[in-house]
Amino acid sequence: MQTIKASLYFPIDMTDKPFITDLVRDYGLTVNVLQAEILPGRPGKSVIDLTGSEEDLEKGLIYLSEHGISVHMFTTSIIHNADNCVDCGACVAVCTSGALQIKAPDWKLSFDPKECVRCKQCVKACPTRAINVNVFQ
Amino acid sequence: MKRDFIEVNEKIKAGKAVVMTAEEAAELVASDGVKAAAKKIDVVTTGTFGPMCSSGAVLNFGHSEPPIRMGKITLNDVECYGGLAAVDTYVGATQPSNDKGMQYGGAHVIEDLIAGKSVKLRASSYGTDCYPRKEIETQIGLEDMNQAMLFNPRNAYQNYSAATNSTERTLYTYMGTLLPNKRNVTYSTSGALSPLLKDPELRATGIGTRIFLGGAQGYVAFEGTQTVFNHHELESGGDWYGGVTLAVVGDMKRMSAQYIRAAVFEGYGCSMFVGIGIPYPVLDEDFLAQLAKPDEELFTRVFDYSVPSRSRPALRLVSYAELRSGEIELDGKRARTAPLSSLRIAREIASELKEQVQKGEFLLSEPVQYFERGKVNKPLNIK
Ligand code: SF4
Ligand code: SF4
Repeated sequence: MQTIKASLYFPIDMTDKPFITDLVRDYGLTVNVLQAEILPGRPGKSVIDLTGSEEDLEKGLIYLSEHGISVHMFTTSIIHNADNCVDCGACVAVCTSGALQIKAPDWKLSFDPKECVRCKQCVKACPTRAINVNVFQ
Repeated sequence: MKRDFIEVNEKIKAGKAVVMTAEEAAELVASDGVKAAAKKIDVVTTGTFGPMCSSGAVLNFGHSEPPIRMGKITLNDVECYGGLAAVDTYVGATQPSNDKGMQYGGAHVIEDLIAGKSVKLRASSYGTDCYPRKEIETQIGLEDMNQAMLFNPRNAYQNYSAATNSTERTLYTYMGTLLPNKRNVTYSTSGALSPLLKDPELRATGIGTRIFLGGAQGYVAFEGTQTVFNHHELESGGDWYGGVTLAVVGDMKRMSAQYIRAAVFEGYGCSMFVGIGIPYPVLDEDFLAQLAKPDEELFTRVFDYSVPSRSRPALRLVSYAELRSGEIELDGKRARTAPLSSLRIAREIASELKEQVQKGEFLLSEPVQYFERGKVNKPLNIK
């Protein structure tokens, strides 16, 4: 089993198809939708995590591209360097996915890579440069 | 019940003072009532660790052989002031470097020096009979300097306004990144731990007050620039205070890079996180009631930073407890809230200060002079 993260871009006529149900039912994948901007009559975008065996993932991705959905696999990850972090919270202000959080009781920054949609807003927003982008090989 | 500075210091010296952080004091007052708590607590400590742009350092390099009257001065390619005598300078936190721009600035020079690193000093001069040298280039660290004093003309804002953005585009400001359509709100004051918010009438803060500054013992040098005493009684029954700032001074050689950190606000420039804490004597019950106010009873205002004017309209009043909840309502919609100052480090400062007072290492000082009241903040009118 492995998890991959990707952006999906839907052409206008595809935004109302139940592709997620298909991925789950026909390909045995677990789908976690992290972000979705889908409006009828407009091209749509969504960011998802897909979990499954290598074989099922491959089949699922082929299914998507056969239906005109372009898939962009994430090739970067966000690294939070706790040693440089002062727990100010400036990055939390821009993290609309909720991957970065700062709250009671300890008010220490927490980062959940699973929720991250790689928008990279936090990289610039961090005043101590404690957040970096790591590029996969 | 009344106490004065002398009495409290006697107790501290005898190792008998009861010291609590402002958060601990708030809990005790909530459970035992202000009367009983005031009998018990002698000192309440506060702390804040936020970006404070109006900061910098006065440095004295000592004289070279032959000597130079430094005119143009840079430290790690950050321009420093050359209009003082011979080998004195002032490096301002927000000054960007010539080579790296805002990614490395005066605040980074100050942080590097405090962290024990040496920096490259370059200076030039026109040469005089008494100061013949025209150029100098060398590495220099804090231990090489005669004096290195952090001197920040405007720090520890009593109550900074929270920020939001009503436009369609993202704004990059000293209040952080503000998302379009008021989707987020940033705030910078440490609420219940914030020094001047706990002494709103400045009963125990003034010129000469000994403070925790960047890990060392520093002092309030003067009222901070733009200081005004603002107080409004709120319809809800509470109070809103704001406007007082502090000019602070302290020995950089004794500071720690844990409590002074350079900051870069994308699109705005450099700033510096400064750690400040003030211990307050519990002068009487009224004062403890102020010192122990929780986030629920402390308020600030939210301003729209996209209005390009010095007189922006306030959108709403908000308590620090609401801001701390992570979300507030703004014009009927929810906006995510995020701090810019570190509550984690503010707590560390208040606790560290508590420990130092308990051990008798930190005595309180009565102001030699209180700040002048009744001033108004003058705008700069273009004539
Ligand atoms: S890149 Fe940063 S801001 Fe964007 S979702 Fe990930 S953690 Fe949040
Ligand atoms: S903005 Fe940077 S320093 Fe501040 S909490 Fe986020 S990662 Fe830490």
